[in-house]
Amino acid sequence: MSEAAAPNTAPLPVTVLTGYLGSGKTTLLNRILSEDHGKRYAVIVNEFGEIGIDNDLIVESDEEIYEMNNGCVCCTVRGDLIRTVEGLMRRPGRFDAILVETTGLADPAPVAQTFFMDDDVRSKTRLDAVVALVDAKHLPLRLKDSKEAEDQIAFADVVVLNKTDLVSAEELAQVEATVRAINPSARIHKTERSGVELAEVLNRGAFDLKRALENDPHFLDADDHDHDHHDHDGHDHDHHHHASDIHDVTVQSISLRAGEMDPKKFFPWIEKTTQMDGPNILRLKGIIALKDDPERYVVQGVHMILEGDHQRAWKDGEKHESRLVLIGRDLDTERLKRTFEACQA
Amino acid sequence: MPTVAPLDLTGHCITACWLGDVPHFALADGVVHRLDHGHKTAEAHDGLLAAEPALDGKSVITGGEDGRVCAVAADGSITELGNAGRKWVSAVAAGPNGAVAWTVGRSAFVRLPDGKVREFQHQRTAEDIAFAPKGMRIAIARYNGATLHFPATEGKPTELEWAGAHTGITFSPDGQYLITSMQENALHGWKLADGRDMRMSGYPAKVKSLSWGPKGRWLASSGAPAAIVWPFQGKDGPMGKAPLELGTRGDAMVTAVAFHPTDEVVAIGYVDGMVLAARCADQKEVLLRRPGKGAVTSMAWDNAGRRVAFGTEAGDCGVIDISA
Repeated sequence: MSEAAAPNTAPLPVTVLTGYLGSGKTTLLNRILSEDHGKRYAVIVNEFGEIGIDNDLIVESDEEIYEMNNGCVCCTVRGDLIRTVEGLMRRPGRFDAILVETTGLADPAPVAQTFFMDDDVRSKTRLDAVVALVDAKHLPLRLKDSKEAEDQIAFADVVVLNKTDLVSAEELAQVEATVRAINPSARIHKTERSGVELAEVLNRGAFDLKRALENDPHFLDADDHDHDHHDHDGHDHDHHHHASDIHDVTVQSISLRAGEMDPKKFFPWIEKTTQMDGPNILRLKGIIALKDDPERYVVQGVHMILEGDHQRAWKDGEKHESRLVLIGRDLDTERLKRTFEACQA
Repeated sequence: MPTVAPLDLTGHCITACWLGDVPHFALADGVVHRLDHGHKTAEAHDGLLAAEPALDGKSVITGGEDGRVCAVAADGSITELGNAGRKWVSAVAAGPNGAVAWTVGRSAFVRLPDGKVREFQHQRTAEDIAFAPKGMRIAIARYNGATLHFPATEGKPTELEWAGAHTGITFSPDGQYLITSMQENALHGWKLADGRDMRMSGYPAKVKSLSWGPKGRWLASSGAPAAIVWPFQGKDGPMGKAPLELGTRGDAMVTAVAFHPTDEVVAIGYVDGMVLAARCADQKEVLLRRPGKGAVTSMAWDNAGRRVAFGTEAGDCGVIDISA
């Protein structure tokens, strides 16, 4: 017998897979389940239906959104995930990671918030990345008829721009620019038939800002959006500046920059901002330089949920600068910029 | 001095219970262990999610990840009572005259004493299920409240509403109260006669274990660094009254509670595996088991009230004998 069942094992990574019907989610899921990538995944799906693989680690779960009784309308969790993850975690050792597939129309926020708001889930798992599959051909149509397609992109850490063989180079550039306009900090992979390298999707450590920064020190660098050079095709670098030409995009991203912050001003400010604008904030990520603090402070949030922690010491000669990126709707850029800058020490 | 007979198993113990004089331990891997003149096992499921002893003490009712509902008899023989295919059976309940109930997603199923199975569909997931102590009545915990059915008749269900996600459910032994545990670290209760609400909040963690005291005079709960024990002696239950806090430890949460069958004494299990017994009357405590490998997940007294079977998250189960 092995020394299994140690109750204090490291938290298991959870990948959330979103994407509209027809975006290639099932194809990717089948690849994750069948290809030899050295990891065993427990997969939580809404319906067994389309997955042609018999595997006792595939669990069907009815999407169940629970509003928390704390007077905050955006504080929602996926009740079924709490129960399913808890059940799975009682038999550790059978799998190395969990993958959650959401329905095409799903809002990714409740899934992500589950991993912050439920103590049991939080103690045993960590959100690794939110991956959005996007159908390159149909994205413009999707954006016209639904808010969810946009939310899924806005929320993602990794965007798989799929079915690129069905569009012209010009259309592809336009679609990519749209994705960038919605979410400037996501990694984008362009593929056909969900043929993305699984290593680019799984076990990324992309959701946790501390790890994302370790993996990619230029993450959040506002002037270098295309930080992902792994699959870079050599197209122009400034397409995201055309964002204003893009129709049917209601999500905006705001990049704020300032110098060293006074913690006595910054913390009340960010608390208040997330309280007030939380329903409109999809994601929030930042690196903050606090005055007289030898370490960089990172914050991240989903709607009203906010997490912050020290990341690492500032390096010699590193510019003590604060950066904050907010992705959301109906955000008052001028006010956010002004009040953010007012927190400077 | 209490003595502990350990039973070191591998895996998370879902339920520790007694069939007559024989302690049973249902583990998450699907195996039901028992100490009946030696350690014996019955493999009921590939993945077990819920287990409850039948009221006649002759079998353990189990529900699994394999979609099966089984009765594991005292001799280890297994009878399948229901099958939900590939869906998880996430809660089971044992009722009067051999009735059994279970939940699968948004449906609740009741197997009546005559063997007939009825399905009750709900709008939202049936999170937990319980039988009323008398009469053939079931209650389902769901989002925004609870639903009551009389499964033997064709009546309309009774809906009890309270905002929030209700994840666990239990009737008081006199059938007067219905109590749910909630996603947000609180209990909710309804006085069934008039539908009055009772809020029991202030827990630092989710309440996962509830146990009624003898004659239903108390309700013990986990979810705090002490067993929170609500008084149910008055005609309005715990309304306007403060609970007892038994076995308070500054550094360890209570994860399981089990009332003695006849005395007002609670066995209290903690996150570090320690087990204490505490008396309601004078809050006096006795150590029953030192900390072990993992959180106590389930405890049960035998009928005589002399022994406590306990199970933990890490599988270090056992039986505590307090009469020695």
